[in-house]
Amino acid sequence: MAGLKHIFENATVTRINPRFRHEMADAEKLLLCFQCGTCTAGCPVSRFSSFYNPRKIARMVQLGLKDRLLSDAALWLCTTCYTCIDNCPQGVEVANIVRSLRNLSVKERRVMPLISKKLALNILRSGYAYIIPESRIRRRITQGLPHLPRSNLKQIAKLFEVTDFLGVIENVETFEKVEVKE
Amino acid sequence: MKNANPEYLIFLGCTIPYRLTSYEVSARKVLKTLGVKLVEMPDFNCCGYPIDLVNHELASALATRNLCLAEEKEMNILTLCNGCFGFLNKVNKMLKEDEGFRKKINKDLNEIGMEYKGKVEVKHLIHVLTEDVGFEKIRQNVKKSLSMIRVAQHTGCHLLRPSKYTLRDGLDGHTLLKELIELTGAECLDYVDEGECCGNPIIGVNEDIPFQMAREKLEHVKKVNAQALITVCPFCHIMYDLNQPLIERRFNERFRIPVLHYPQLLGLAMGFTPEELAINDLRVKPIELLNSIYNAE
Repeated sequence: MAGLKHIFENATVTRINPRFRHEMADAEKLLLCFQCGTCTAGCPVSRFSSFYNPRKIARMVQLGLKDRLLSDAALWLCTTCYTCIDNCPQGVEVANIVRSLRNLSVKERRVMPLISKKLALNILRSGYAYIIPESRIRRRITQGLPHLPRSNLKQIAKLFEVTDFLGVIENVETFEKVEVKE
Repeated sequence: MKNANPEYLIFLGCTIPYRLTSYEVSARKVLKTLGVKLVEMPDFNCCGYPIDLVNHELASALATRNLCLAEEKEMNILTLCNGCFGFLNKVNKMLKEDEGFRKKINKDLNEIGMEYKGKVEVKHLIHVLTEDVGFEKIRQNVKKSLSMIRVAQHTGCHLLRPSKYTLRDGLDGHTLLKELIELTGAECLDYVDEGECCGNPIIGVNEDIPFQMAREKLEHVKKVNAQALITVCPFCHIMYDLNQPLIERRFNERFRIPVLHYPQLLGLAMGFTPEELAINDLRVKPIELLNSIYNAE
């Protein structure tokens, strides 16, 4: 009995949100998932680390385990190779569900990978995902390449604003690495 | 009938001008010789793909702004990067098929005085080479057959999947690059897991997994004795070429597999010099490969 007591005292109660799957685009089809695991079996990331498991993510969404999912660092390990989408016998777009979860995590928890913040700020400042050094822009002439156009930064800033991302990017916590826990 | 004078707006994206101009230099050379006219895309922005993981709506709006610029020019888009192709093509198809999505994105675009109408198409370099230029014309332009070399290909995810967006005339892309390589006379070898991901998109948050993925790919390529690996995507190229010395050190293995952009391989067969194709920009120098090509007689 002491053992049981121990288990109960240390158990974390997970809040269940049965309407969770309706909050996400692309997740409706998730009802069709019967947990065959083809997504995980074909996933190159899962092959090297069981920490990322798309089948488990799909099940957790079905069960409405929103809090646990949105704070799960493994979400950021999908490489978007889309093998799971093409392999799913039920037509569930697993990688898109992972994308929706990432989007929702950024929106509600205000946390994202540092690299994503950097890329977004670069786009806001230059139109490009990287700040291309002047020396490389000049080198293009000697390489016989045409001039690189400057983007319309006003328009880009407006798109950041109307999609409510400007506020997010200005006030977001970041993390550098996803530590893999097996 | 193939299009005798194809014209495209070239969408460079960010990674190619940032760190892989060798791909751009070689692609422009071979396309010019093959009669494909390239028009520079005016004030374009990032395709949107890197933003998709954090904000799908903004990413789609950024992609759509590029599509609208092409509509203003009344021209189709050619990309060299798989990421740019995958994302611009997907958003383009989603906008055409899903009215609700189109309305939502157009509402964003209206704020900058633009409206998506759905009049353009997005193609990757390998689609333009196969569908517009055609195998016959490429074959006619091969001046030096590369029949003395054996290579392997890596097409890359976003040309292959999701097939819902990448199928063209019901054909998937798994054999396109292989066929294009064989036009140069080079033998294209099969190996295990050809369609598998390079791992690059997550390298910013975790190096271990992508490096293991790339190591495995290089091992498979090495096992069939390919003299080079041929890519058509800057991200895959960075993973296998720029990062190859890091992977060798990390796993204490020796690969020394040169990784060429497809237009570099085609360019060699078309008679361009390695210098003209910026082959010296490659991290893994293809010295033995060039020796086989030029000292074959």
